[in-house]
Amino acid sequence: MDTMRRDVLRAGGGVALASLLAATGVLRSGAASAQAWNKAAFEAHGLDATLKALGIGKPPTSKDVTFVSTPDIAENGAVVPIGVASAIPKTESIAILIENNPSMIAGIFEIPAGTEPAVSTRVKMGETSNVYALVKADGKYYLAMKEIKVTLGGCGG
Amino acid sequence: MPDPMKIRANVAGDWTEVKVLMSHEMETGQRKDAAGKAIPAWFIQNVTVTHNGKTVLNAQWGPAVAKNPFLAFKFKGGAKGDKVVVTWQDNRGEKRTDETTIG
Repeated sequence: MDTMRRDVLRAGGGVALASLLAATGVLRSGAASAQAWNKAAFEAHGLDATLKALGIGKPPTSKDVTFVSTPDIAENGAVVPIGVASAIPKTESIAILIENNPSMIAGIFEIPAGTEPAVSTRVKMGETSNVYALVKADGKYYLAMKEIKVTLGGCGG
Repeated sequence: MPDPMKIRANVAGDWTEVKVLMSHEMETGQRKDAAGKAIPAWFIQNVTVTHNGKTVLNAQWGPAVAKNPFLAFKFKGGAKGDKVVVTWQDNRGEKRTDETTIG
């Protein structure tokens, strides 16, 4: 039963991906240069598997990567504000990873030159979890971690 | 057609701060409906922000981004009256583009 549902989901995902790829092709020809969606990385579970899917080893922790306007305790897991700032020169991208969520990566933000290496968004958290900020700067990766306690989970029905 | 985004772009010194509020369910695919059937995932996967045609932010999102997503960041070089354009695309291939002028 459960495996059947998985197969159906997978099949549906394939169709969505195909249409996405077709659509990004259209986008590329326009002004916006949207990137394809890194399916393997977004579907990975756990820190090690996610890093592997992104094609990187375990990065060192950096004090120059900080969480801003991010709570220690989130009362509502459905809306948790998270901000990440990097003081590392030549920051190229910032990713937000939530360890205990079903798929770990919440978002990957590419920072072109001229854009401040800091982003703020809101995420869902199923339960209390370690949250990682993964920064790519000058081709190298750096990590920062913060635990956010969740009073009420945001992924249940 | 999805509801329009709310976009604000304000210049302060060298930096232009962009704040975007999108209208989207961001369904995770983890939830079940009343009949116990899984509700399929439906979420924004790609977001692109441009200033006068130049990309100032590109994002890939998973279903963990909260419903009606919020995004804030700053870029250099914006001037009052310039155009900021935001485009998102979800996993169903649906797209929405909105723009604002920097104030």
